[in-house]
Amino acid sequence: MAAKEKNKTPKKPLVLFVKEEKEPLFSKKNRALMSDPLNDNNPITVQVLGICSALAITVQLKPAIVMSVAVLFVLAMSNVIVSVMRNLIPNRIRIIVQLVVVAALVVIVDLVLKAFLYDVSKQLSVFVGLIITNCIVMGRLEAFALGNGPWKSFLDGIGNAAGYAWILIAVAFFRELLGSGKLFGLQVIPDGFYSLGYVNNGLMLLSPMALITVGVIIWIQRSKNRKLIEKN
Amino acid sequence: MDLVNLFVKSIFIDNMIFAYFLGMCSYLAVSKTVKTAVGLGAAVIFVLAITVPINYLIDNYLLRAGALSWLGPQYAEIDLSFLSFILFIAVIASMVQLVEMVVEKFAPALYGALGIFLPLIAVNCAILGGSLFMQQRDFSGISEASVYGLGSGVGWLLAIVAIASIREKIAYSNIPAPLKGLGITFILTGLMAVAFMSFMGIKL
Repeated sequence: MAAKEKNKTPKKPLVLFVKEEKEPLFSKKNRALMSDPLNDNNPITVQVLGICSALAITVQLKPAIVMSVAVLFVLAMSNVIVSVMRNLIPNRIRIIVQLVVVAALVVIVDLVLKAFLYDVSKQLSVFVGLIITNCIVMGRLEAFALGNGPWKSFLDGIGNAAGYAWILIAVAFFRELLGSGKLFGLQVIPDGFYSLGYVNNGLMLLSPMALITVGVIIWIQRSKNRKLIEKN
Repeated sequence: MDLVNLFVKSIFIDNMIFAYFLGMCSYLAVSKTVKTAVGLGAAVIFVLAITVPINYLIDNYLLRAGALSWLGPQYAEIDLSFLSFILFIAVIASMVQLVEMVVEKFAPALYGALGIFLPLIAVNCAILGGSLFMQQRDFSGISEASVYGLGSGVGWLLAIVAIASIREKIAYSNIPAPLKGLGITFILTGLMAVAFMSFMGIKL
């Protein structure tokens, strides 16, 4: 995984609660944990994590937003839980422990969606279950939660989920607008356009355009933010 | 004939990468050279072909509503399907571990070739995705499930080897700087997906 990690700190000795010097809850460093993943360290466009389940559900805005909220919940909670247990988990079985924590959280999400948003949960189909193996979750657990305290991990989880969410919502916005002329299922392109000969671009609804839209977003982001350009 | 049909369909039409974007993370990260791409692809085929049938048995004889009726009539009404995520991922993680140990013992050459890729596979979305699609599609027998697992793996290998060879060539071309690396790979994958859509509707 091409994750760029600067946050990793060496593991602390095996003590459950270490008293640390007080730091304000929203100090500059903690705020950076939340704002970095929005642009400079975006999980999708820079760290290349979590693309697996991100693209298939961006045909419409509504499932994309539901998916973002689900990932936000799972990422923040699993970061906190693993971070609390980080000194208790033996190194060799940590992947399985993390998978079980994440899987349990995803089961909760899945059951809640089935109970309250049944139509969206049908649309998301297997992709709710695939949050378990969403590399974003495992990647942040491995790279951040295993080496940092619960509050920091919580902020990191929220920040990365937000970075994931804005890409998802941007892609869904363009695909739904250009593909079916709607937003949230409501028509936004006036009928007059259609009578003038405007046609919805059906290709936007098919899977290839999700990839190309993300490619274009990466292109725009990197031409604004030159330090992200890859050299090879 | 049905099985051949399912095999071809799972390779080309329901391709894991081009149709469902599963396993994109490792697909993007490990596709810089053809050699490593082939190694990872082979490991994915291997693990998919083993875990999908196992998860099929677990799903049909343990989890589904009424699946436990072979134990006795009083168990016929139990529905454990809410456990499927946890059981599937546990099976996958432990199978990967087991496969790694067996391959290391009996085929050291293969182990050397697959190397670091085997443990990576436990968190590859394509593997869990294969099992979840299998559950959703209600295959009628274990042979169908195994053929589906094998075919999805072959499709994944095909995709990653194709993109790796394109990326090896494209290293010499003049791409706009912001598009280098990740951006162009996304767009290339999109174009390849358009090409793969022409297989839609194929029947043998």
